[in-house]
Amino acid sequence: MDWLFFFEISLAGLGTGGLYALTGLAFVLIYKATRVINLAIGELLMLGAYLFFGFAAGLALPHWMAILLTLLLAAVVGGGVERLFIRPMLGESPISVFMLTIGLGSILIGVVELIWGPNPQRLPEFLPTTPLFLGEAYLSSKIAAAFAAAAVMVVAFVLVFRFWRGGVALRATASDQAAAYSMGINVPQVFSLAWVVACVIAAAAGMLVGAIGGIAPTMGVFGLSVLVVVIVGGLDSVFGALVAGLLIGLLEALAGAYLGGEYKLLATFSLLVVVLMLRPYGLFGTHEIERL
Amino acid sequence: MASELSHGKPALSVERITLTFGGLRALNEVSFDVVEGSVTSVIGPNGAGKTSLFNAVSGFYKPSGGSVRLFGETIDRVPAPERARLGLARTFQNIALFRGMTVLDNIKLGRHAHMSTGLLDALWYFGRARREELELRAEIERRIIDFLEIDHIRNAAVAALPYGLQKRVELARALAMRPRVLMLDEPVAGMNREETEDMARFILDVKEEWGVTILMVEHDMGMVMDISDHVVVLNFGEVIADGSPRAVAANPRVIEAYLGAGDVGDLRRRLQAGKGPTTGGKAA
Amino acid sequence: MRIGTAKESYAADESLFDTAVQWRWLLVFFALLLIFPFIATPYWLFMACLVAINVASATGLNILTGYTGLVSLGQAAFMGVGAYTVAWLEINLGTPVLVNLVAGGLMAGAAGMLVGVPSLRVKGLYLAIATIAASVIFHFIFANWTSVTGGVSGLTMPPGTIFGFTLDEPRDLYWLIVPITVLMVIGAANLFRTRIGRAFIAIRDRDISAEVLGIRLLRFKLLSFALSSFYAGVAGGLWAYFFRVVTPESFPLLMSIFFLAAIIVGGMGSILGAILGAAFMTMVPEVLKMVVNWLSPWLPDAVALLSPVRVMVFGALIVGFLLFEPQGLAEMWRRLRRQFHLWPFKT
Repeated sequence: MDWLFFFEISLAGLGTGGLYALTGLAFVLIYKATRVINLAIGELLMLGAYLFFGFAAGLALPHWMAILLTLLLAAVVGGGVERLFIRPMLGESPISVFMLTIGLGSILIGVVELIWGPNPQRLPEFLPTTPLFLGEAYLSSKIAAAFAAAAVMVVAFVLVFRFWRGGVALRATASDQAAAYSMGINVPQVFSLAWVVACVIAAAAGMLVGAIGGIAPTMGVFGLSVLVVVIVGGLDSVFGALVAGLLIGLLEALAGAYLGGEYKLLATFSLLVVVLMLRPYGLFGTHEIERL
Repeated sequence: MASELSHGKPALSVERITLTFGGLRALNEVSFDVVEGSVTSVIGPNGAGKTSLFNAVSGFYKPSGGSVRLFGETIDRVPAPERARLGLARTFQNIALFRGMTVLDNIKLGRHAHMSTGLLDALWYFGRARREELELRAEIERRIIDFLEIDHIRNAAVAALPYGLQKRVELARALAMRPRVLMLDEPVAGMNREETEDMARFILDVKEEWGVTILMVEHDMGMVMDISDHVVVLNFGEVIADGSPRAVAANPRVIEAYLGAGDVGDLRRRLQAGKGPTTGGKAA
Repeated sequence: MRIGTAKESYAADESLFDTAVQWRWLLVFFALLLIFPFIATPYWLFMACLVAINVASATGLNILTGYTGLVSLGQAAFMGVGAYTVAWLEINLGTPVLVNLVAGGLMAGAAGMLVGVPSLRVKGLYLAIATIAASVIFHFIFANWTSVTGGVSGLTMPPGTIFGFTLDEPRDLYWLIVPITVLMVIGAANLFRTRIGRAFIAIRDRDISAEVLGIRLLRFKLLSFALSSFYAGVAGGLWAYFFRVVTPESFPLLMSIFFLAAIIVGGMGSILGAILGAAFMTMVPEVLKMVVNWLSPWLPDAVALLSPVRVMVFGALIVGFLLFEPQGLAEMWRRLRRQFHLWPFKT
């Protein structure tokens, strides 16, 4: 066995895993606050990447400004989506809301394709490109930088989630909506906040993913792997999303390198099935007690 | 009025049932018999474990100890659906009707476990499935819908019905289950006096005309004292009294249990009156 | 306006169509189905067959998702199982068409039951995601079990023959596809007049109470999965006879979403809903294509717009119906009927 190769693959896998963890965080945030499974997360990520593309390549703005505008617009999109589509569905069956997000994803793909065309594009380079070596192991510096950026955001998010008032309100809403409401927490505002933050995170992840692998309207399939991540980690567990993100990234990279590209999804989804059979609520999710 | 039925075969025996949730003991060695042909009521303050007891008897909760016998047979290892087939029917405290079905379909559903239509018969419908469905329909119309006076709503959607009628439809569904022991979880909770009296009459009719043994949880002391042959009092998951309504009403432990719940005046008044339920009254 | 209908027996009250007027309209509909192949152009015959196949599959999914409340994103994969089974049998054994179709249905039904096994432990959206996993895994099998499935290039099969007729053109296939679909739809409608259908609905509405009332959850959930996948399998078999090339890409996850969308747009838990929804969702892209063709003299790159607009409209239909008409086309139809009956009064 070639340990160096194994090590390099693992590093790359963990790098991608960081992005999974970041996007998974956005997913869990929405689920925790609003109990909505947002299958459009992949498409929101794609939208973020295209917005950056539009600002940086289309309008030729400086990168920092393009990034800022992208995040700002993503926040607007998140708030708008929540207000226009999700809030009217309050109280509907979770299945309906789930399908609504699928429809939303489809609309986003259509819009992006209409504006930027169906062909894959390259994002302007904004991550360092000099190769990086850890000991002897090669690591793409883009992946390393993306991982670092993702890690910073995750840490920032967790701190905010823990200490900021809005974060506390969010956690209160997550654990008991009615109680939070009666304690004077503006629950609808918390819902909006969750979508805004989640969309900003997704857009940031989209820029990083796009910087590594290019962008295309179909890059929303990234969301499929994120789905595996959050289910394996437990839908309502931030910690679960982080661990499972790294785990799935690693598993995908190893399966791809040693078995072949077509085994990537097979490996992750097989893991998903195993986890569902053994721990139906994910590795770190809470099991809800059923009542008659 | 209540008659003593102390000797007679037990239809249902609960023997030292213990039920724990995590570290919490919801039921602690609960034992009592439900004599065949009687109306037995389980009373007790809120949180005493009455509904948990029902859930354990109907097979939804698995007790950690003790056993349940139905007509002498142990049913501890029998899964819930099979218990229903054996004749253990029940209603639910917070009405569990199927909102996507009409009243008629809800009632028909009760017979599910006794029907034999297979998949192919069902897809083809004509022949065996049709015969079985029509027989069921005729029987339900004759024995249940007429009896409970719900013929005007048979095709209504259950979700739109007023509360009292929903409770009655639940009773209808339980009767369609061909019950031998009928468990009623708060059959008159939230009802006004007139509805309560109707329901009490239905329960007595079921007992006398259908020959069904009834086990009931109820907070309405007036009704409990009126129609029960036997009363079991639960408090903190333990049986604290067990006997005829009169004996139970005089039992100091029972009064104390309700005193603990801060409601002794009301209870004593109602026990002495023996009737005259306060509207939607809860004893605790 | 119509006052009401007096029924004189329980049998009359339990029938699927209760008035003479309904029966007459039904006869008209069947008469139209009969003469359709003689008056329609090949394009419309092609579309009719496609609609019928989709109706069959959507009806199956409606049994599982609309009536039993178990969301599945694996319907396309089960169609794939049926299609591959039929193609393999046709190529390697040459067994009769109807035998192949039933075999396709049974294989898919077995696959569905297997996928349904987690349904006792996981429910709701977790289950939906487990079915996504199933469709990924089936896709992998289709693409990599080369000795049976022909790998990435798939299977190309000869046309089926029935009583000496070769089923080559949509004109011939119509007589295979439409009657089978009609039978399957009637079967589904019958199902919900019996204990099995009631059990499914009970599981959807309150599964735990249903169990205490005598319904064995695992058995009926698996039955629902098996039946729904059987429908998918037969529909997939018809699909195989219709297109005669079966590849792993024929049955993508998007197709499963299409069927879910069809029953949402049509109306969940309504037989009519699945029919209307499947027909509608199949025809929408065609209508868009026509609009684009019609616009092309004025809008030079209209054809390039077709694909994104189609994707957008697909999503917008799902979102729009969920927000504004959650009971779907079936409810719109009922409202229309009611208005017609009550005229000149308003509802």
